[in-house]
Amino acid sequence: MTTLPFVQKRDYSLTGPSARRAVELGLASAEWYHSEVPRKVMKELMQRRDGPALRDTAIWIGLLVLSAAGGIAFWGSWTAVPFFMVYGVLYGSACDSRWHECGHGTAFRTQWMNDVVYHIASFMVMRNPVSWRWSHARHHTDTIIVGRDPEIAFMHPTGILPNLLHFIGILDIWASFKVLLRNAAGILTADERDYIPEREIPKAILAARIHVAIQGAAVVAAIWMGSILPLMLIGGPRIYGCWHMFMTGLIQHGGLAEDVVDHRLNSRTVLMNPISRWIYWNMNYHVEHHMFPMVPYHALPRLHALIKHDLPPANPSIWSAFREMVPAILRQRREPGYYLRRELPPTARPYREEFHTTVPERASMG
Amino acid sequence: MTKWIEACGLDDIEPEDVLRFDHGGASFAIYRDPAGAFFATDGLCTHERVHLADGLVMGDQIECPKHNGRFNYKTGAALRAPVCVNLRIYPVRVAGDRVEIGLEETQ
Ligand code: FES
Repeated sequence: MTTLPFVQKRDYSLTGPSARRAVELGLASAEWYHSEVPRKVMKELMQRRDGPALRDTAIWIGLLVLSAAGGIAFWGSWTAVPFFMVYGVLYGSACDSRWHECGHGTAFRTQWMNDVVYHIASFMVMRNPVSWRWSHARHHTDTIIVGRDPEIAFMHPTGILPNLLHFIGILDIWASFKVLLRNAAGILTADERDYIPEREIPKAILAARIHVAIQGAAVVAAIWMGSILPLMLIGGPRIYGCWHMFMTGLIQHGGLAEDVVDHRLNSRTVLMNPISRWIYWNMNYHVEHHMFPMVPYHALPRLHALIKHDLPPANPSIWSAFREMVPAILRQRREPGYYLRRELPPTARPYREEFHTTVPERASMG
Repeated sequence: MTKWIEACGLDDIEPEDVLRFDHGGASFAIYRDPAGAFFATDGLCTHERVHLADGLVMGDQIECPKHNGRFNYKTGAALRAPVCVNLRIYPVRVAGDRVEIGLEETQ
């Protein structure tokens, strides 16, 4: 058997040759494919309500308080473990979907409620609430366009160990904390300055300082008490409870085509159990979310039912998504331009084929 | 001098909704507020030039369909990131059963 060499690392920076090439090829801020939905129906789907998010947030906070109380009460015995397992996922994973949906402003109808939950969730997920708002806007403008999208999870060729370590958050929390520390010191990278407007930078610095101060206070409390309990409650869940966030996050785009302007090609909708869908706030309908970011999480199942004739079949489970993604990611380590091609049902409007044929060339150019 | 251009019929827009109107190579958005009054702005978002007519009208705000930035369509004020630049507004009048938008002679 001949072993292929690893592909050359693509340039994923936002200021390098890939960025220039994406602009030249018309991939930056391009017009993306949308399934057809009558305006009247879309208007109805986009309607904002406070009810569903108030209910979910009350359950979320209630469970956080109860599981934390159980963990504290049984601290020092094995009985505390299940409480922290629940608390960890609610803090270290559910924060991501709350951050995301409230960042879009679609969770609640009342704007200040979106803002409050957004800031709390940003703290939990250890993201600068200002800079990530802008990076996520870019992710929606240029989804998985190399040189443009700052939120590409798999940068080819991707390392196996770092991806495994994601599930216990060690690398990620350290990387996130370094960014917060750097921002708190008033330093922003060229990439950050590429997507954050100048006038927002002081806000980004202030937010980073607040986050660092609270995380720092938890560390001081742990030292002072001679116990890791404060860190089990603040910051720590981002390590021991983030596995669900990565499990669902990696399959959003993993293994699919880069540099295409059709979300049906580069995003994955995965059917999931109701608990995961609640933790993830329905972001498993990922193609639908990217096509129509105005539709709140609670309306995504209805949107999915409406346009699924125009989308590749959804993966029937998280397991099935990993089973197709992992071999593809491994192959992408050695084969430039390889991607998983989504199959459309006969009822769908066709892809623009040139996207598929040009992807390998672009991969080797990057 | 203001030139009044017919944009749409009164019944073409439901209350609390928006309609795209293209004229002279430019795109405009015509709004009807919940009380039934009409307003007009530039049709493209000041963030990334996406058609606002695909967005959602809530009260006196329009939310852009791309990144959920918001404007007050009555004043043009940019209200929610990622929009930072205000939207240009235009006068509107109702003539019979038609809605007209007032454009400067050069437009
Ligand atoms: S294009 Fe309108 S908010 Fe970005």
